[in-house]
Amino acid sequence: MGNIAIHSESLSKQYRIGGTEVYKALRDTVAEAFSLPLQKLRGIFRGNNGQTEENTIWALRDVGFSIRHGEAIGIIGRNGAGKSTLLKILSRITEPTAGFVDIHGRTGSLLEVGTGFHAELTGRENIYFNGSLLGMKTSEIRRKFDEIVDFSGIDKFIDTPAKHYSSGMYMRLAFAVAAHLEPEILIVDEVLAVGDASFQRKCLNKMQQVGDEGRTVLFVSHNMPAITRLCRRAILLDEGKVVQDGLSQEVVRRYLQSDNGTSAFRSWPDPSKAPGNDIVRLNSVRVTTDEGATAADIDIRRPFGIEMEYIVHKPGYVLVPIYNLFNQEGVLLFQTSDQNPVWRHSARHPGRYKSTVRIPGNFLAEGTVIVSAAIGTMDSFVLHVHERDAVAFQVVDSMEGNSARGDYGGSIPGVIRPLLNWTDEYDG
Amino acid sequence: MARPLQPTEVRKMETLELPRNATQLSEGRSPVFLRIEAKSGWVSLRLKELWEYREFLYFLTLRDIKVRYKQTLLGAAWAIIQPVFTMLVFSLFFGRLAKVPSDGLPYPLFAYTALVPWTLFANSLSQSSNSLVANAHLLTKVYFPRLIVPISAVASQLLDFVLAFIVLLGMMIYYGISLKAQAFCLPGFLLLALIMALGAGLWFSALNVHYRDVRYVIPFIVQFWMFATPIAYPSSLLSERWRIIYGLNPMAGVVEGFRWALLGQKSGPTQMILVSSVAAAFLLVAGAFYFRRMEKTFADTV
Repeated sequence: MGNIAIHSESLSKQYRIGGTEVYKALRDTVAEAFSLPLQKLRGIFRGNNGQTEENTIWALRDVGFSIRHGEAIGIIGRNGAGKSTLLKILSRITEPTAGFVDIHGRTGSLLEVGTGFHAELTGRENIYFNGSLLGMKTSEIRRKFDEIVDFSGIDKFIDTPAKHYSSGMYMRLAFAVAAHLEPEILIVDEVLAVGDASFQRKCLNKMQQVGDEGRTVLFVSHNMPAITRLCRRAILLDEGKVVQDGLSQEVVRRYLQSDNGTSAFRSWPDPSKAPGNDIVRLNSVRVTTDEGATAADIDIRRPFGIEMEYIVHKPGYVLVPIYNLFNQEGVLLFQTSDQNPVWRHSARHPGRYKSTVRIPGNFLAEGTVIVSAAIGTMDSFVLHVHERDAVAFQVVDSMEGNSARGDYGGSIPGVIRPLLNWTDEYDG
Repeated sequence: MARPLQPTEVRKMETLELPRNATQLSEGRSPVFLRIEAKSGWVSLRLKELWEYREFLYFLTLRDIKVRYKQTLLGAAWAIIQPVFTMLVFSLFFGRLAKVPSDGLPYPLFAYTALVPWTLFANSLSQSSNSLVANAHLLTKVYFPRLIVPISAVASQLLDFVLAFIVLLGMMIYYGISLKAQAFCLPGFLLLALIMALGAGLWFSALNVHYRDVRYVIPFIVQFWMFATPIAYPSSLLSERWRIIYGLNPMAGVVEGFRWALLGQKSGPTQMILVSSVAAAFLLVAGAFYFRRMEKTFADTV
């Protein structure tokens, strides 16, 4: 066991569902106490209110894995797969319902950058508070203080209240504190999802460094390239269970494929599990050829469509379908939203809709494209649906000479590959 | 909603600056071996761990105080305004109009001496009762012994107490009352008030996580409790025997203790204070165990 950093066995976590029921009114418990006196009074002491199997959900079910010291592990999965629950258990924020985890070594977890930062406090005060919250001793913070300030690059404003900081400065300072936390096991959740490019670079950089130093890193992210780059091994969670545990490239590939066996079509037959809210829910997302067939491989020269089917449940909302297209390195290629004048300003009636965007041929570069699907209301911006990594497809460049690559057979840089008109004049 | 990451930048990462002594291991507090599993029933208080987190307690308390003073216009003045104005109102209505007896002491001083520990208790109680809900963002993101939160809420009221106490000393000089030897007992009564506030605060803060009614109940409780405590009137209105039972309200012991230690009439209310101490200690210990038992559900519910 000497080599094991984290070992879990049949780890399970059950949650009550139904958001409004989370905090009960004391009245209900008291009223129920009269009907079921002993049982309910016990509820006050146990923190449960006699919950039954029907209104609970297993966020994690029988999760088992072992992680050795020095390993960097990526944890991936769709929204609601149990990633955050797993991290919360590993960080001791919440207790498992069953099973156990053994942790050998000092753990530092970053479920958020800048937890506990207060706008009224100065940068200096925030460093001390945040550092001590993350588990640093005062002497340690004092020793590293100059380095932290240096790393954040806000030395001039260190005694200014944080409310006067730009959001970039705020993030930099918060991350600088976190970066100086040096545990043997580092647990990180989606820290990279926020902040500007240079901030994310710093985060990734730091994590790589932690890994290189032989410390253990557990990293939850939707950023597939970061996962494959930083972690040799990845664990795929789905509906609270470990679906695959292995080489990160293989696990990521599996993740991008849906149950239908293709990455180009994903559907949610059970409306209660479909992405969305009470207003609108996604039914399916599909990559189609011009002829209407589902296609995971797209000829670079041919136009194609990305189609979403969704069901509007509540009338009265202007709804805009949106796609974000990412390449395999996680670069957002572009965002496109439905500007159809028919629906742009008019509220939708309940019912089933299908919206398709047509993407021209000779436009995208070859390689994997990952599509996030969303449905939003623009006026007072709200996203009703946001399904990351909904579908994925390959753009394949032909060697027939009539695409933008011409007759060149090597690799071509660039995130798009339009076929453009050139004019040529001979002046000699 | 963009999920940002720039590939060229990812590749450039190696060239970026890094903190230099990063190989040095953290002196963090988390233990070297830990088993995380479901615990049921009553669990130990883990006071040792609480002690290890004392620096965090200090910074949390400091943050509370700083933020409170920075966010209010009058800042620290509120610490004095609250008890002083209550004293003025009491002096007018109870002292002047209702002619409530005050054990032969000037009524304003009689009332204010009781109001100083009472204000500490009342504010500590309401602050600590709300403390878990108010710090929900910390509870759901970082591990630390949850007991720190209500303890810090009580501790952050101490500065207000000191300010109000200085005014009390000023009043004693004005009324020509000098400190006697029994004033050395004062820290004991202060401790009793803190134990009481924390004891009740632990119960209410844990209940508040599950039952948000608690937030609305607290002001009522504080109000009733104030009149059940000999602040506006002396406990000498009761016969000796009843006074001992009265001590079951530990705040009665605290208030009479303060009056005795500072204004020093007659013999000390020893028996009453003894009863109060036992009651308060019981409330604190039971509250701490209840809190620890409920703790595991906080992050999921708050």
